[in-house]
Parts: sequence; C-alpha cells; structure tokens
Amino acid sequence: MNVNKIVTALALLGSLLAAVTPAQANPEQDRQNMIKTFKDKFPDLKTEDYVYGALALNKDALGQYKSIMEFPPYTTELDKAEKLWNTPMKSGKTYADCLPNGGKMIAGNYPQFDNAKGKVVTLEMVVNDCRTANGEEAWKYGDDKTMGLLTAHLRTLSDGMKVNIKVEGEAALKAYEDGKKTWYTRKGQLNFSCANCHVLGAGERVRSEILSPMIGQATHWPVFRGGSNLVTLQTRYKGCHGSVRHVGDEPGSERYNNLEYFHTYISNGLPMQASVFRK
Amino acid sequence: MQIKHLAGAFILASSILTPAFAAEPAKGPTGKELAFAQAKGNCLACHAIAGGEQPGTLGPALNDMKARYPDKNLLTARIADETAFNPYTPMPPFLKHGTLTQEELTKVVDFIHGL
Repeated sequence: MNVNKIVTALALLGSLLAAVTPAQANPEQDRQNMIKTFKDKFPDLKTEDYVYGALALNKDALGQYKSIMEFPPYTTELDKAEKLWNTPMKSGKTYADCLPNGGKMIAGNYPQFDNAKGKVVTLEMVVNDCRTANGEEAWKYGDDKTMGLLTAHLRTLSDGMKVNIKVEGEAALKAYEDGKKTWYTRKGQLNFSCANCHVLGAGERVRSEILSPMIGQATHWPVFRGGSNLVTLQTRYKGCHGSVRHVGDEPGSERYNNLEYFHTYISNGLPMQASVFRK
Repeated sequence: MQIKHLAGAFILASSILTPAFAAEPAKGPTGKELAFAQAKGNCLACHAIAGGEQPGTLGPALNDMKARYPDKNLLTARIADETAFNPYTPMPPFLKHGTLTQEELTKVVDFIHGL
C-alpha cells in the first residue's frame, strides 16, 4: 500500500532526524534522573538528609557532626565574619544596604543567569559589584580572609532557604550545559570526572573516606574543615581538580561559575545551611 | 705527602667498595611498594589488598588474581588503560597517563597477579 509506504518512510525519516539532532539538556529532567539514581542507590536515605553529604551515609559520623555543631570550633572566625559584614564600605554604606533584601534569604537564588551580562552571576560576584559601586576594590574570589570570610556570615543569613536555581532561555541553558560538561569531563593524570566519584562512586570509600552524593553538595558552603580552615565551594572544586592531578582554576573563573550553576541546580528544593563543620 | 696518602686511601677504599655496589645494583621500589605508594599505584585507595590498610571500596577486592586473569597480559592491559575496556570506569589509565612507567607497570602487575 502506498499509504503504508509513506508512513514507514516518515517514521524512518523521524528516527533519522532524532538521531542527528543533538539532545538538548533538560535541567529538570537531569535533576529528576539524579534523584532517581540516588533513590535506587540509597533507598533508606531521606531527601532532607542529602545536605549532610557523606555524613548522611555514616550514622556515627553524623552523630559526631551534630555534637560538634552545638559548639563549633570556629566561632571566632564567624565573629570576624560578622564584623566584616557590618563594617561600612568607603561610601558609608554596608553590604546589607547594597544587597537585595538586605542580604537575607537570597543565597538560594544564586548562581543565576544574568541576561544583560550574558553570563552566570554568583553571590560572590554580587558582593564584588557592591564593593566597586561603593568605592572599594573587588576582592579575589579565592581569598578566604576577605571574600570567603564575608560569605561565612552572609550565607548564614539564608539558612533554611531552599535552593531555587532557574535556567530560563537559550543563553542560560548554554551556561548550564557548559557546567554539566565540566561535571562529566575526566581531568588530570588520574582521569577522574566529578561524576566518577560523586554519582557512580557515591557511597563508596576512597581509602577511609566516603564519597558524598552529588545531590545536596552545593547547599552548605563555606565549610570549616578540621576546625577553622575555611573552604568555599569553588575552592573545593579547585581542590578536587588538584586531587586528580589537574590544574584547576582560580575561583571565579567562567568554567567554575558555570559548574556551580549546574551543580547547584541539581540541589534545587533542598534547604541551605552555611558555615558548617567538615573533617 | 699527607694529601697523597689520603687520596690513595680514598681510591683504594673506592675500589674495594665499588664491586660490592655493582654486585647489588639499586633495584628501586618493589611491585608491592609501587602498588601501595600514594603517588604511584595507590591501588589501596580503591581496592582491598591483603596486607594493605584502610582500603577503599570504589573497585573490587584484588584476590585470586591468577584464577580471574589466567592471561596475565589482559591484567597488564587493564591496569595500563582500563578505559579501553570500560569507558565509564573510574580507574586511572596508569600507563597511558604516565602515572606508572612500563617498568613500574610490569612490577605492579607481577605483584597483583600474585595475589
């Protein structure tokens, strides 16, 4: 039958087109796939516990963490952070005057894609915009004594806020895809991608350390490691890249900003809690 | 002359000592040492190995290797570049990326194959 032949030809054409058209990333589908992956892997783990990272997979370690968090060993650092936050800039204005909503309950909205600038904007970039608009020099994104310290207070003002990253429009999607590519690309002499350890390998141990699941990873920065060593999310990216013997970027690079955009999107809906203890 | 005597003694001493060194040339680290060294094989990061402490669990335990790999060349090839067998493996391509030299790889394979 002619009609049958036409139908067959059309079906064939359709499948050919599907094969040659590159699949466009669908952020929400990516997130749901990741949730399912970890539900299959850790059927007993509650969604809200993902914010504890590897601690959620070790009851003893989680218990120790909770008791440490009652009297964190880095309160002196947090006091310094609050003082820095309250110190007026050269114009006389404070960060609270400059940031949206006085800096409260905003961290979950970042990184966000700025269509006017055509790039991903992190919360740290907004802080630097505040500084330069008020007569101060921009801080280096990787400086723990300035930018890192300020965010140790600023980000706590969003504790409890749910991560709410939006990817809207072609340009935003492109940045998201770039971050996704970085996440899945093997790097360094040891040839690891982020996903090797934190998707496929999550829950397994490297030596005695449990590898944390990707979901929840972006919700709790900065951390204080081993007591008072402040580490921001992007400093951690650099550290991870170093561990696989790849020369990472200085925090604030476009590659890391896009990675943070993708990485944080996957934690959408989870509550944030900044300045927590980690080993 | 004092200096000449000293020099003579030194040359004598060297000639006595040299054959002893030549009889036992430096062999470098053993396969086990290379397998356990963090900067080299670091196999314990992911694999349990008898005699190794705090092994990781990212890869399978390394035991009964002769039964699992009757063909030693296959084991060599997989340690050299496991990504050629499984593109999603987290295992580093030890020879391909130069983490181990050919000589080091041979020693490591000898050690692992004996487990």
